[in-house]
Amino acid sequence: MLRHLRFTVLAAFFAGSAVLAEDAGDVTRGEAIFRQCASCHQVGAGAKNRIGPQLNGVFGRQAGSLDDFPYSEGLVRAGVDGITWDLETLDVYLENPKSLVSKTRMNFRGLADPQDRADVIAYLRSFSASPANIPEAMPTAQGTDHDIDPAILAIVGDPEYGAYLAGECTTCHQADGGADGIPSITQWPAEDFVVAMHAYKRKLRTHPVMQMMAGRLSDEEIAALAAYFKDLE
Amino acid sequence: MKMNRRSFLGTASAAGASLAAPMAFAAGHGVPHVVVVGGGPGGATVARYIAKDSKGQIAVTLIEPTRAYYTCFFSNLYLGGFRDIGSLAHSYGNLAAEGINVVHDWAVDVDRDAKAVALAGGGSVPYDKLILSPGIDFVDGAVEGWNLSAQNAMPHAYKAGSQTELLRAQILAMPQGGTFAMVAPPNPFRCPPGPYERISMAAHLLKKENPTAKILIADPKESFSKQGLFEEGWNTHYAGMIERVGPDFGGANVSVDPDAMTISIDGDVNKVDVCNVIPAMKAGRIAQIAGVTEGNWAPVNAADMSSKMDADIYVLGDASHQGDMPKSGFSANSQAKVCANAVRGALTGSTVFPAKFSNTCWSLIDTNNGVKVGATYEATAEKIAKVDGFVSSTGESDALRKATYEESVGWYAGITADMFG
Ligand SMILES: Cc1cc2nc3c(=O)[nH]c(=O)nc-3n(C[C@H](O)[C@H](O)[C@H](O)COP(=O)(O)OP(=O)(O)OC[C@H]3O[C@@H](n4cnc5c(N)ncnc54)[C@H](O)[C@@H]3O)c2cc1C
Repeated sequence: MLRHLRFTVLAAFFAGSAVLAEDAGDVTRGEAIFRQCASCHQVGAGAKNRIGPQLNGVFGRQAGSLDDFPYSEGLVRAGVDGITWDLETLDVYLENPKSLVSKTRMNFRGLADPQDRADVIAYLRSFSASPANIPEAMPTAQGTDHDIDPAILAIVGDPEYGAYLAGECTTCHQADGGADGIPSITQWPAEDFVVAMHAYKRKLRTHPVMQMMAGRLSDEEIAALAAYFKDLE
Repeated sequence: MKMNRRSFLGTASAAGASLAAPMAFAAGHGVPHVVVVGGGPGGATVARYIAKDSKGQIAVTLIEPTRAYYTCFFSNLYLGGFRDIGSLAHSYGNLAAEGINVVHDWAVDVDRDAKAVALAGGGSVPYDKLILSPGIDFVDGAVEGWNLSAQNAMPHAYKAGSQTELLRAQILAMPQGGTFAMVAPPNPFRCPPGPYERISMAAHLLKKENPTAKILIADPKESFSKQGLFEEGWNTHYAGMIERVGPDFGGANVSVDPDAMTISIDGDVNKVDVCNVIPAMKAGRIAQIAGVTEGNWAPVNAADMSSKMDADIYVLGDASHQGDMPKSGFSANSQAKVCANAVRGALTGSTVFPAKFSNTCWSLIDTNNGVKVGATYEATAEKIAKVDGFVSSTGESDALRKATYEESVGWYAGITADMFG
């Protein structure tokens, strides 16, 4: 296990928080734990960027460095400042994302149990061998698992109407993507946005405010919001 | 995105960004002119949304006397020691940078025929559309023995800032075992859960600093917002500390003596150490001066928040009489967006989308113990009508209460960014 410190800036975090599990992680268990991550991240064959970046080849990758993913400024800066994803940095990040990158948009409470983290990291590492993408691996992401009518997903939203409707959202969700206490909803792929809103509307997702807000939005209105938020920087 | 808007608006609004040029715009200069009175959640939001969405096609002037707006929302959390006072203050600098002509002055008169607003500092500002969001004033003589000149002895702290700081200082200066009294307001008033969140926060502070202190509430109302949740919280966290006298026991029959520091409830005189008097409320005075009030409030059309008395005047937030929405910052912000869309449509022909309103009010009962109530609303011919709603339940888990509190912190960041840029 890597225990030496490569970045002095991170020394404080490592000293204070990371308790690396002693045993190598369990990939099978890691796959199960990863389901919590899969609503935003895909990994495996054909994995694409969704709300979060795809995680194939994440080991050895500089933080915030995929060309085609709109990272938070905080994460890009972390990468430029020298964070590369490896066992240690992932362990700290997964324990509490905001402790490592305070302005990350990754709105995840973190995994408190060191063994859980080790297992997820072991699972992720199985998609990080060389070559980074392993074609024969099972597609595991659940992020787009849904039974939404394709006709609903095909609706092309009107971003101008979306901009108006978004006024209802930005009273709570910060338009600049900040995510303290309330998740960021900017720059989501439109499909993920539509799936999430319909899940609230059908009360599959549990938050009462969101069930109420989504509950009275029509399919067109949800599409309009998705069209607006996907490009909001 | 902000940068783009800023550079886009830069030239069109160079004059508009100056703080001291109320006469820089005159109606008839080509672009239509919207004047907004009051820079709270109603006024700041409507000014910002009209300016940013009209992309220079509408000139916007915001008239607001204070240079730093202190939010009433979260001012109770300051009382309880969960925020510092500075965290409640917001400047209008970003609004000026976004192209809004911010004038720090009082509007003292509205000439509806000439369509111009007179300023206390002299001069007047012409408008094509006038939006009033002046918040509340207190009804004269509402609490016998109290008037504004007594607000230092018996603070209301219902307009945030120095009043809120004074109230906290007074609570901290109470003798051990002393009494904090509150005269609660009758309906309708700004922030229905506000007085009761305040009681919770005062109790939180006193439990730490002065655990034998007592809290006495004289309340003219039978019941109040989130009552079950508050009472459950008070019993659990502040057992034996809080006594509420409702109308059945004379809670509506109250007078105070600020010199003697006494409060009389149904003839029973109590000597108290702090007395927080929250009198009955009415629309901010400028609404009445403009002649758009009926009784204490300004009636509006639900579809666009236009005054029922004058099609070129709109009234937002606490000052308006609109129907089912509570008087809250969230509501004012929500109404502002509907109004901005309608005003833009009226002045530039942009698409007017259907009115949708919503509100959620969070309250903090104790550390990490948040509750909320909220609803969605639509415009009907008569009023803003409630569609659907929810409220936290008693007996919720600690984790849920903590998440609700954290959500409120997120909301505060969201709404203040939405108002002030
Ligand atoms: C203790 C407390 C707690 C609260 N908590 C919450 C909460 O948690 N959530 C929530 O949503 N709401 C809360 N509120 C309610 C919220 O603060 C108000 O509903 C909201 O501020 C109303 O917005 P407004 O734009 O109508 O008026 P205001 O915010 O009062 O703004 C009016 C502005 O107009 C200015 N003004 C007045 N007259 C003139 C004039 N003649 N010329 C120029 N300017 C003028 C004033 O200086 C003021 O800045 C709380 C209120 C209190 C008192």
